[in-house]
Amino acid sequence: MKWITVRRRHPRAGYAVMLLALFGLGAGYMALMPDSTGGAEAVSSRVPLQDIREGKQLYSQSCSTCHGQNGEGTDVAPSLIGVGAAAVDLQVSTGRMPAMNPDAPQQPRKRRVFNQEETEQIAAYVQSLGGGPPIPSGSDIAYEGADVALGGNLFRANCAQCHNFAGSGGALTGGKEAPDLHDATPTQIYEAMITGPGAMPVFGGDTLSAEEKLAVIKFIVDVREEPNPGGFGLGRFGPVTEGLAGWLIGIGLLIAAALWMTAKKQHD
Amino acid sequence: MSDKDTDVGRSSGGRPRRVIGTPRPTETQYLLGDDEGAAGPPATPRAERDEDPKKIKKAERVVAFFFGLSLLGSIGFVAAYIAFPVSGMAETALSNRWLGLSMAAAFLGVACGGTYWVRRVMAPRELVEEIHPMPSSVEERRDVVEYFDQGTADSRFLRRPLLRRALLAALVPLGIAPLVLFRDLGPLPGTVLRHTAWKKGMRLVVEGSGRHVRASDLAWPGSYITVIPEGFEHDLEALAKATVMLIKMRPEDLHLPPDKMAWTVDGIIAYSKICTHVGCPAGLYEQQTHRILCPCHQSTFDASRAAEVIFGPATRPLPQLPIGVDSEGYLIALSDFHEPVGPSFWERG
Repeated sequence: MKWITVRRRHPRAGYAVMLLALFGLGAGYMALMPDSTGGAEAVSSRVPLQDIREGKQLYSQSCSTCHGQNGEGTDVAPSLIGVGAAAVDLQVSTGRMPAMNPDAPQQPRKRRVFNQEETEQIAAYVQSLGGGPPIPSGSDIAYEGADVALGGNLFRANCAQCHNFAGSGGALTGGKEAPDLHDATPTQIYEAMITGPGAMPVFGGDTLSAEEKLAVIKFIVDVREEPNPGGFGLGRFGPVTEGLAGWLIGIGLLIAAALWMTAKKQHD
Repeated sequence: MSDKDTDVGRSSGGRPRRVIGTPRPTETQYLLGDDEGAAGPPATPRAERDEDPKKIKKAERVVAFFFGLSLLGSIGFVAAYIAFPVSGMAETALSNRWLGLSMAAAFLGVACGGTYWVRRVMAPRELVEEIHPMPSSVEERRDVVEYFDQGTADSRFLRRPLLRRALLAALVPLGIAPLVLFRDLGPLPGTVLRHTAWKKGMRLVVEGSGRHVRASDLAWPGSYITVIPEGFEHDLEALAKATVMLIKMRPEDLHLPPDKMAWTVDGIIAYSKICTHVGCPAGLYEQQTHRILCPCHQSTFDASRAAEVIFGPATRPLPQLPIGVDSEGYLIALSDFHEPVGPSFWERG
């Protein structure tokens, strides 16, 4: 480290340190920024296999410890009787179930453990326990022609308070959160509306009519496909990062320039 | 600043060297232009030493380079204006980029060249600007007082009471007259804050689609929907007070006094969505905990217990709208809210 000790009083050492600090700040900020790009979509339109036995096998191996041998629920996890296949498909296809840490306030979205076929087998088994909303078919979620303006109105009135005006998610009480909707497939959005996972209220039945549900899906999908110009999205709050970089780096450079302009000349 | 730092700040020749952010220990001597007193003064006077023709020639070229850059920037600006016509979004962005870059080069070139000129070409000369005392001299002040007194006497202001009083009579009302403009802050709101658009028999419609709501539409416990009074779908002034959330709960989860229980239908309860703290839309309903959270300041209400406050700065529960069912099975309001909705106000009591 001798070279630093020798040069730390060098006339340009101050500028060098300032530039390094600015660069480090910018790099650290970029490294810590969450990635805001959308994920892959996998729309399932297959009919669920009615292989309840296969599903029961999978259930006994991976779900029964918390949800009970016959889905009756335990102290750790709720009963699955009557939740329906849609709830199973939503929780398992988003990777929330099986849970890594059942004591957490809420299970995060993660890489799914079961493929679509296994998921539908488990769903078929849980459906056989006590009914409930089924997995939506392709025609249930044919949202392409839906009214996006209607969807926007409904989303802002009923969803935006938790999921943010652009579906970027937000905080709830007790460590829970309303997840962002960037990775949610239309099927998963539909299933979430009809089952009300976790803290989310239910928009099933005719609380939102079939047409209104499709409009909401259309709005969510349309909004997240809108281009997000200007660097990091920050949940569509606008070009905040650019402004921050402009202020920190730009004003830093201006200060350096002002120091140089007013510094006395070197006479060596 | 310690002595040690001062020593480090000197080069081997004994001259103080500039360290950013630290004052020069021999500053006063510099300002006086007297290098003789400094430890180890330079052999040659500064002005002579700095006028090394080679260095100045080199600096001159740098300045000329920057001014040339500015010239190119200006030409580039005109060229970019012609070359990139503005039609669509992408073309506008391209045009903006080149206009901005060329303009930046034009301005920065002049600025950098000028700065470099001053620092490297201009002959170094320390200028001392003296600060003089601010007050005027005693004579000047005395003259002003005399002049004022003379003017007062000449105007006969003190000797002519009619003149004096007439002037005051003219000026005082002129100062008071604008006070009547405060009336435009009114009129007082009267009872507007105590009522909303809801009336007996008015149907509840879904905000956004305007669809009538049946009790059976909210099929499962945990159902939630935002509703507004029919006929006021586009009256934002009215909706600012009248917006309501419908929540369906298991009847056993509802812990209400009997009179408020009568305001529910089939476990469906209607609360004002306007937070009683400062009026934000408090709509974050958690169906497992029955908490209603306001996103602005985290006021938390318990939907199962008449929306009483369980956390946060709000002081009053969310008002409950009495609802019932009309002859066609649609949900209707039984009356307006029985208390003012939204934040407290001065005369609320």
